[in-house]
Amino acid sequence: MNRSRIAAIVLRILYLYRGSPQRVFPIFIWVAVDVLLWGFLTRYLNSVARAEVNFVPALLGAVLLWDFLTRVMQGVTMAFFEDVWTRNFLNVFATPLRTSEYLTGLVLTGVGTSLLSLIAMVAFARLAFGLSFLTYGVALAPFLSVLFLTGIAFGVAAAALVLRLGPASEWLVWPIPMIVSPFAGVFYPVTILPGWMQAVAALLPPSYVFEGMRAVVAGEPAPWDRLVLGGGLAIIYLVLACLFFMSVYRTAIRTGLIARYSAETLS
Amino acid sequence: MSPPSPPVLAVERLAKSFGTLKAVDDVSFQVSAGEIVGLLGPNGAGKTTTINMILGVLEPTAGRIAIQGVDLRADRSAALSCTNFAAVYAPLPGNLTVEQNLRVFGMIYAVENLTKRIEEVMAIYDLSHFRRTKAGVLSSGEQTRLGLAKAMLNRPRLLLLDEPTASIDPSAARDIRAGIAEVVESGRCGVLWTSHNMVEVEAVCDRVLFLSHGRIVLEGDPKTLPQLHGAETLDDLFVSVAHETLDEGRRR
Repeated sequence: MNRSRIAAIVLRILYLYRGSPQRVFPIFIWVAVDVLLWGFLTRYLNSVARAEVNFVPALLGAVLLWDFLTRVMQGVTMAFFEDVWTRNFLNVFATPLRTSEYLTGLVLTGVGTSLLSLIAMVAFARLAFGLSFLTYGVALAPFLSVLFLTGIAFGVAAAALVLRLGPASEWLVWPIPMIVSPFAGVFYPVTILPGWMQAVAALLPPSYVFEGMRAVVAGEPAPWDRLVLGGGLAIIYLVLACLFFMSVYRTAIRTGLIARYSAETLS
Repeated sequence: MSPPSPPVLAVERLAKSFGTLKAVDDVSFQVSAGEIVGLLGPNGAGKTTTINMILGVLEPTAGRIAIQGVDLRADRSAALSCTNFAAVYAPLPGNLTVEQNLRVFGMIYAVENLTKRIEEVMAIYDLSHFRRTKAGVLSSGEQTRLGLAKAMLNRPRLLLLDEPTASIDPSAARDIRAGIAEVVESGRCGVLWTSHNMVEVEAVCDRVLFLSHGRIVLEGDPKTLPQLHGAETLDDLFVSVAHETLDEGRRR
């Protein structure tokens, strides 16, 4: 892979963010809104519930970790959508750029924007509600890693979906985290779900993160074996998402979709 | 004696079908360094389909494309690194400035001494004073010049120009034609040029290929080809080929 070409994809997005506060603002505003909303809710629950239960790390922490996954996914898809919105596919793909380099550029862009979000959420949650991510101990690293890999996989799969179905299918992409969250057990143990939902949850890497998080908050040891399973699943999904993107791209090259791609022709 | 260098573009028995429609049908031609070849034909003749296949964004149903001796299918990245293109239907991202666009695409083409090269192409295409202007607010003529500047960034061995002077005033178009001709005369670059402006084609192209229904129906020197086929001008010849195409289409 050529580093210059990968850097070009990242630089393009950097230029857009540098010259456009409208693009930077959402990185922080949604995190801030979630911290405020869920921070006050957990504070209220703490005031009415039994003293030994602390909802801050269990609920606010869960929301922020889920937010992190969502930001990672959106970091990848937003970078892709910039090419959709400017109808830039012909310019980008009629070059020496390889699909793997393009995807790597999108992923690095997702890393950058999600790290900014992560820093903002950690600082804001700490300052406003006293939530320290250190509460999760060393398990925080695998928590974030599994969510990060899953977010990248979702982002790449979503980009492939839009490439395949056309720009209008962008509206199918935004609700993906919302649709997945009930199955992932973000706010409740997976065991309270009906059997078929538990079966779906077992296939979702984030469910292992949130089960692990609740165990750590309850003072139990982190379920490392489950986290490894979640990490393995996330890697499998990432590989599958990349293969899906490559397959859709090859189809688009065969049918001429790349050259014709525009809102008017496909929506 | 050194062996002859390969043509910058070799197209062999190229074909593309969409279902039962043969958009390009058994097309073969070459473009040598120092040569401008016009690809002509009425709308739907297969010009853009051919160009898209050469640019690697459309997979041929059959045939082979080699750029600078490198098989496009075997090593797409290497083949396209010595190619570039400008087309009116592929404007550069309007939300980046002129300089940012050139830098991003310069990096994609791994251009050496990029900053210096960007200054050079901006000067050549009179874009220096627009360096911090977003491409989207440029006039259509200025956007065309930006597309050409991008196309020249990597000093391509093969340049594909799809209606390169459309939406440019006659004076600027003449300057641009002269600039491209100068690059070609250096003997390093070959150009495949599509245009509906037959005066321009006659002035610029060393050779033309007429496409109709995806096939090459005429080929030759644009200055002598009309007389050889009983037409007064290249424009008349184009109209005659287009009418035959229409008639043939109706018969089908």
